Amino acid sequence: MQDSEGHIVAKDITIAYGDFVVQRDLNFTVNRGDVFIIMGGSGCGKSTLLKVMIGLKEPAKGDILYEDTPFWASGEGKREAMKRKFGTLFQSGALWSSMTLAENVALALKQYTSLDEAEIRDVVAYKLMLVGLAGFEDYYPNEISGGMKKRAGLARAMALDPEILFFDEPSAGLDPISARLLDDLILELRDSLGTTVVVVTHELASIFAIGNNSVFLDADAKTQLATGDPVELRDSHPNELVRTFLRRGAPEASAA
Amino acid sequence: MNAALTCTVTPDETLAVTLTGDWLLDAELPGIEPVIAQLQQTPAPAAVTFDTSGLGDWDTGLVSRLVSIRRCAEANGVSLDDDGLPDGARQLIALAFAVSEREGARRKARDIGVLEGIGEKTLRVVSRSRDLLAFVGELMLSFGRLFRGKATYLRSDLVQYIQEAGAEALPIVSLISFLIGMIFAFVGVMQLENFGAGIYTADLVAVAMVREMAPIMTAIIMAGRTGAAYAAQIGTMKVNEEVDALTTLGMDPVDFLVTPRVIALIVMLPMLTLYGSLMGILGGAFVGLSMLDVSLVQYATQTVNSVGLNSLLGGLFKSVVYGSLVAIAGCQQGLACGNSAMAVGESTTRAVVMGIVLIVVSASILTVIYINLGI
Repeated sequence: MQDSEGHIVAKDITIAYGDFVVQRDLNFTVNRGDVFIIMGGSGCGKSTLLKVMIGLKEPAKGDILYEDTPFWASGEGKREAMKRKFGTLFQSGALWSSMTLAENVALALKQYTSLDEAEIRDVVAYKLMLVGLAGFEDYYPNEISGGMKKRAGLARAMALDPEILFFDEPSAGLDPISARLLDDLILELRDSLGTTVVVVTHELASIFAIGNNSVFLDADAKTQLATGDPVELRDSHPNELVRTFLRRGAPEASAA
Repeated sequence: MNAALTCTVTPDETLAVTLTGDWLLDAELPGIEPVIAQLQQTPAPAAVTFDTSGLGDWDTGLVSRLVSIRRCAEANGVSLDDDGLPDGARQLIALAFAVSEREGARRKARDIGVLEGIGEKTLRVVSRSRDLLAFVGELMLSFGRLFRGKATYLRSDLVQYIQEAGAEALPIVSLISFLIGMIFAFVGVMQLENFGAGIYTADLVAVAMVREMAPIMTAIIMAGRTGAAYAAQIGTMKVNEEVDALTTLGMDPVDFLVTPRVIALIVMLPMLTLYGSLMGILGGAFVGLSMLDVSLVQYATQTVNSVGLNSLLGGLFKSVVYGSLVAIAGCQQGLACGNSAMAVGESTTRAVVMGIVLIVVSASILTVIYINLGI
């Protein structure tokens, strides 16, 4: 399963809306089992890059390689099959409001596996237990809190045992303790399942707590300024912009 | 390799479970019933142990079953020794049981009897009617504030609502009214020609359009078009907490969101109705002139003489009533919307259904009143 080329490789990605270029010449490698952070200031195109990676927006140029297979150059059918190995947690959960939490998690299982009702019920119960929502199977999304929605969204993203989990701003809108618990959960899942995790965030606490690899996007330069371990970037990257961002604008001497 | 499960009770009362093969979610997996059955026996085994030396690949298929076994073991007071399991699976199981189920969170499905169901539905109808009446009351108060110049709303909003409910509705109103005029003329020509009274088709079309059909058809079009839009707009604002934001700024949502929309429909529906009547008469004339042996002047004179001012004003008054009912149904449902995508859909549906029911009921009442008044 291990390959030298990395699990996900971005090759010369340029993202544009019509003529308006958001980011150009993005090149980075995500290794298997990494927690990879896509970071940068507001409006730099982090979430758009995520959309390119999960198949919601086609890049203007370049391609993403998953295990050496090009994603966008492959046909629609092959891309659908590749997408089945992804799990995505959207910013506010994006749970389907007409379904209970159990039905939300069960939909992909019903669609893509041959499990019977009872087996699906067991798997759904287990997934909800994993995210700390045991007993909430029959609740509708509008009956639970924002943090719970996010965790339920994670249970849904994990329904098919994805090889890659994508998170869009996982800690946005959560209190520090819930955010920390979600970070811990991400690490536990990575450790026990060997999942590769890609996270879009600008929360420094999360970046240093979970990330071991990253890419830094800049809105002014319209390209990546750095890629690598966030701690190393903070301490020794030549570009001051990157160091300042990762120190939250504090001068270097006072940073921990 | 195919997955297999064997369980044996060892002499020291331990249930030894051996798992071999690939335990993958999508594969044909053996049931765990033998283990569950052993756990539920009295006396229960003292402990459960696992042997996974022959285990191949595994995923959720394995872990979800292990979770079920552990649940059952806990329920029967059997201790579970997870030393034999792979590290990853052990961690996941620990994670699953890390947060204990919240007390009282689980819901029990409740059977509702027929009588109870009827009762609940009836009570809901009663409470909905009361909500509607309360809303009409609030709207009256809001109009009071408006006339005293105390209501907060945006002039530009009102202009936009008037444009949406007026000019932008012209194409659909033209099409429907013209076609209805034609249909009436067809029916009229076929029947009246039998008596040699074909020219009275002009009367039939004009009176029917002006008094009844134009007001009611235009109102139904606007219930589907604008009433639904109002419910969806206000309902989505409610979901996004935009309505709450207005309230916290001390602005009355009824003043700001509802009253301008009601005014827009009350003003524009009579105008659309007038226009619809004209289009209907034109449609009728098109059929009448091509099927009857009459001149344009004859037909026009017949039409003009048939419609009195009473009929015209009566039709316009109806459209004012329908307009307010459509706007009220749309806005009330919007403000009563729940907080999910589903709820917005339900509100919109209810706004249209309620709007049409109110239109038809009030049409019947108004017709009886008009007849008694001799209009």
